[in-house]
Amino acid sequence: MENCLLKMRHIEKRFPGVLALNNVDFTLRKGEIHALMGENGAGKSTLIKILTGVYQMDAGEISIEDTAVSIRSPEDAQNKGISTVYQEITLCPNLTVAENMFIGRGNGGWVRHKEYEKRADEILKQLGIPARSSQQLGSCSLAVQQMVAIARAVDQKCKVLILDEPTSSLDDKEVNMLFDLMRDLKSKGVGIIFVTHFLEQVYEVSDRITVLRNGELVGEYLVEELPQVELVSKMIGKELDELSTLKECDEEDLSQREVFYEAKSLSSSDAEPFDFFIHKGEVNGFTGLLGSGRSESVRAIFGADKVTGGDVTIKGKHAKITRPIDAMKHGIGYLAEDRKRDGIIAELSVRENIMLALQVMNGFFRPISRSESEAFADEYIKVLNIKTASRETPVGSLSGGNQQKVILARWLLTHPDYLILDEPTRGIDVGTKLEIQKLVLKLAEEGVSVTFISSEVEEMLRTCSRLIVMRDRHIVGELKGKDLNQAQVMKTIAGGEA
Amino acid sequence: MKKNKRSFGGLGQLTIPVIALALLILFNLVRDLIFIYYLKVPNYVSFFSIELTKNNMENMVLAGNLISIINGASELAILAMGMTLVTAACGGQDISVGAAAAIAGSVFVKVLKSSSSITGVTVAIAFVCACIVAMLFSSFNGTLVAIFKIQPMIATLILYTCGRSIAYWINGGATPTVDSPLITAIGGFIPGIPVPTPVLIVIAVALLFKLIFKFTSLELFTQSVGINGSAARLNGINSTFIKLLSFIILGVCVAFSGSIGVSRLGLINHETLLIDIEMDTILAVAIGGNSLGGGKFKIGGSIIGAYVIQMLTITLYAMKVSSTDVKAYKAIVIILLVVIGSPVVKAKFEKLMSNIRRSGQSISMKGAQ
Amino acid sequence: MKKFRALLLVVVLVISSVLCACGGGGKSGGAIKVGVVNNPPSESGYREANVKDMEKVFSAENGYDLKTSYSLKNDEQLQAAQGFITEGVDYLLISAAETTGWDEVLKKAKEAGIKVYLFDRMIDVDESLYEAAVVSDMAKEGETAVKWLLDQNLPEYNVIHIQGAMGSDAQIGRTGALDEQFASGKMKNVVQQTATWDEAEAKKIVESVINSGEDFNVIYAENDGMAKGAVAALDEAGITHGVDGKVVVMGFDCNKWALRELLAGAWNYDGQCSPFQAQIISDLIKGVKTTSTKKIINEEKGFDAKALTQSDIDTYGLGE
Repeated sequence: MENCLLKMRHIEKRFPGVLALNNVDFTLRKGEIHALMGENGAGKSTLIKILTGVYQMDAGEISIEDTAVSIRSPEDAQNKGISTVYQEITLCPNLTVAENMFIGRGNGGWVRHKEYEKRADEILKQLGIPARSSQQLGSCSLAVQQMVAIARAVDQKCKVLILDEPTSSLDDKEVNMLFDLMRDLKSKGVGIIFVTHFLEQVYEVSDRITVLRNGELVGEYLVEELPQVELVSKMIGKELDELSTLKECDEEDLSQREVFYEAKSLSSSDAEPFDFFIHKGEVNGFTGLLGSGRSESVRAIFGADKVTGGDVTIKGKHAKITRPIDAMKHGIGYLAEDRKRDGIIAELSVRENIMLALQVMNGFFRPISRSESEAFADEYIKVLNIKTASRETPVGSLSGGNQQKVILARWLLTHPDYLILDEPTRGIDVGTKLEIQKLVLKLAEEGVSVTFISSEVEEMLRTCSRLIVMRDRHIVGELKGKDLNQAQVMKTIAGGEA
Repeated sequence: MKKNKRSFGGLGQLTIPVIALALLILFNLVRDLIFIYYLKVPNYVSFFSIELTKNNMENMVLAGNLISIINGASELAILAMGMTLVTAACGGQDISVGAAAAIAGSVFVKVLKSSSSITGVTVAIAFVCACIVAMLFSSFNGTLVAIFKIQPMIATLILYTCGRSIAYWINGGATPTVDSPLITAIGGFIPGIPVPTPVLIVIAVALLFKLIFKFTSLELFTQSVGINGSAARLNGINSTFIKLLSFIILGVCVAFSGSIGVSRLGLINHETLLIDIEMDTILAVAIGGNSLGGGKFKIGGSIIGAYVIQMLTITLYAMKVSSTDVKAYKAIVIILLVVIGSPVVKAKFEKLMSNIRRSGQSISMKGAQ
Repeated sequence: MKKFRALLLVVVLVISSVLCACGGGGKSGGAIKVGVVNNPPSESGYREANVKDMEKVFSAENGYDLKTSYSLKNDEQLQAAQGFITEGVDYLLISAAETTGWDEVLKKAKEAGIKVYLFDRMIDVDESLYEAAVVSDMAKEGETAVKWLLDQNLPEYNVIHIQGAMGSDAQIGRTGALDEQFASGKMKNVVQQTATWDEAEAKKIVESVINSGEDFNVIYAENDGMAKGAVAALDEAGITHGVDGKVVVMGFDCNKWALRELLAGAWNYDGQCSPFQAQIISDLIKGVKTTSTKKIINEEKGFDAKALTQSDIDTYGLGE
């Protein structure tokens, strides 16, 4: 292959119980910006970590400039010309720019200030980075700090530069500065691997795109040949032409029903203002790529983040929800996206985890008796088919799917009027996924309103009668009825023209 | 998921403190046997002997090393109960309990001294005042921890440093004394009851905790906040309140301990009252098998932990180890206990046990052949 | 938050009032200016009595202008002394936190013509740098106590010896005389333990001896508090003590409450550690008295329960 810089072939990586990468190929050419795309869990970061020596692959081969190599450690990767700049800046803000560029590379700790500053200035000038070498790094803007990190990487005779979500904390102007630097490096023959979830940025700066999904290679494409909407469908996993409407929605009567919850320009510390409503017994969903703001929006509804504004009415009455307990008292339940961090109390038993939310609603001075809580636990262990040794088993020792069911049980026990489920099926086996989907529909039949979020559009189409589409922290569309099909969803997610 | 899996012995969290207690008893038993049968010391009194004697107030009372242990550990046991709660909720410890107890004790004495005669009512008022003051100071600590999110040890360092000066200031004298049969009864024996009153108070406080756990959700909420604060918040638990409450409850424990300490001798010495008890309290919690990083807790473990520490001290005294050296010996034993209780050793031990079991099985199988 | 603010205010007030409890002052004029560098009264009952005594003797009525500085830290004391020299006091009275580091300051005082008296504690400097040192002789306190004990002519001496914080002047002094008796075999050392001035610890030590069944008839505690702790253990075990009891109880420091125990016959002996140096120094300053030696031992008594009177308590008792 012409100009081939890096070749990874048949890469395989296993983690206990998971095949993280299965027969993945990746090729990087000289002077090219190559976007690596995929949803969460697609295998992007595993691939990067193998390339940078953090993980060791189980099978496959890597060659750099047609020489087979094995990368044993991050230092090894650096010596072979592979440098990485991470999303969060890993430099020291209280040292100078020059010190940051040369730290940890001195000869036995002997710091030659003058020489370093001179060389640093040369490099900065060469790359057009607007910073002085003697300046404290912390006094530079985030973009410049990011660029200094890149300069540091480039100076280490780097051939392959990996940029992992470099733009996520930069504004538009700063992004453009970064892109200029990337293009400059490209013209100098450096191969750049660009990992991001901003689709527009991919199209602005990249030459090629490699898409991974579920640990497998979907394909490698030239940017010109892959329209945005197709990229999205490849990431999510449905070919456009395969798509057909899954279900015809004849639920027009929904709009006749009472609106359970309505928010006008609701905003939180993490969510931009948005409007939202849900009918009694309706299942709707927020969709959009990771980072589009879908989780942040539902967190605002539940009062999980600091609510900064907006008007909320519940059953037509004005309601003030600023803390989770307020939402709970209004009959709202929330299953958080991050089960480990925000859901389970790992060391407590299944029983205690199930009774937790109900106990909180009952109040501090009205504890649920032991026998009562045992009865609740037994009931939901049976109803939801939770696989646990006993009700006193610590919930942390259950499998992910069963943990999720325990949290579902926790909220069902409070008999909510409105249940928000953020990624309830992530990391769960197929059987349990179906159980949860069925449960959602059953709840809706019983008159419970449900907001459902999932990375898998198909799953949402199966359960939701209305989809709210988000992109870049804003609602960009609402789909229902005959618009509720995968093609339309992807078009709306991708935005612009198909 | 396997990381979260833990297998303990039959006693669960209480394994370590119970083993420690058993070892101390065994040690003293062996010492007794050596003295009686090997050295044949005449008139040797066993470490475990308990006798009923008449004290100077003409009461029949129990006496002996075991009584000294459970009696002497009373303040420590009460503080350990409160400290367990603070540890579980906040993932840190209050190092100002000794100083706060000196304040509570000083208030107790101050109120008693300002009344003309000491009656049951004045004692009750004095205790309530001590309680209120101790709760005020502990809610100051709690506010720093729960609202300002300062590390507990740093937050309580303030009171640790200035607490005994405040105690001095309350009474304006070094060692005021109170002389009353009522106070002697609280710190010693109630006429007609052969068990030391402080022991009865420990039982009462333990029952109080039991009742609180029965009639409130304190246990569940405290553990939830301690294990996963983020999840607790999303389930509507007010973690600030829980943390503050744990400190206030500790404040009540402090008032109990301070008042007992003062009543024992009818004297408040703000410099020496319950000196260095904060470290023993934290140790009692740790020996009790509670994680000092917060989360799941067992109050019972901490109580046993307190008795383990006291038994260690009394054993060393019985052996006439110089009390300057006692601290060093205590340190050695405690290092051993904490290391044995550490996850690393636990894992090694479990591996060893399963190996033994496996080899035992293979031997018995060979035997069968 | 409101609650918290109020609480904060209270605590700040409490702390600041404690901190402000020191400091003093007086009127100037034709008065003799005296600067006193002392340990804070909160250090002990002894110190409290000492500070009160200083204030009483060096009062405006007696023709003095008293300035005081209290600290437990040597460097703060040095600074205070420096300050008094700059202010131009006539006399500098020092009870030092540590025995070293005072050369420079005392030399400066001498150059400035300020006369220095040491009280309570000696300092490691050349004798020429101060006029006189009025101190207690802890060893003598011990000797007086042991001599009293020998005078009791007990058939045998089985002693529980409860020591103060090891290494402190009081502990070393009060232990010395008793150790001699143990060494000579006149008295038997049942147990010798330090309770580091802690009453509760003293009680535990005595309890442990009682529980082991060993025989004893003397408790020699190096301060009143520890003696009280020991007596509490005796009371619980039903062992009689005091004037007509089985066990002889001895304490030190002469707190008023301890002397009252003596008067009631519950204890036998209390050794004085006199904090009253002010009158001696005042007499020296005013020329009422002269001294031939630099080191003046403050005369200290030992009180026998049988001879004690209420007026002794009023005169010599510390605290309330």
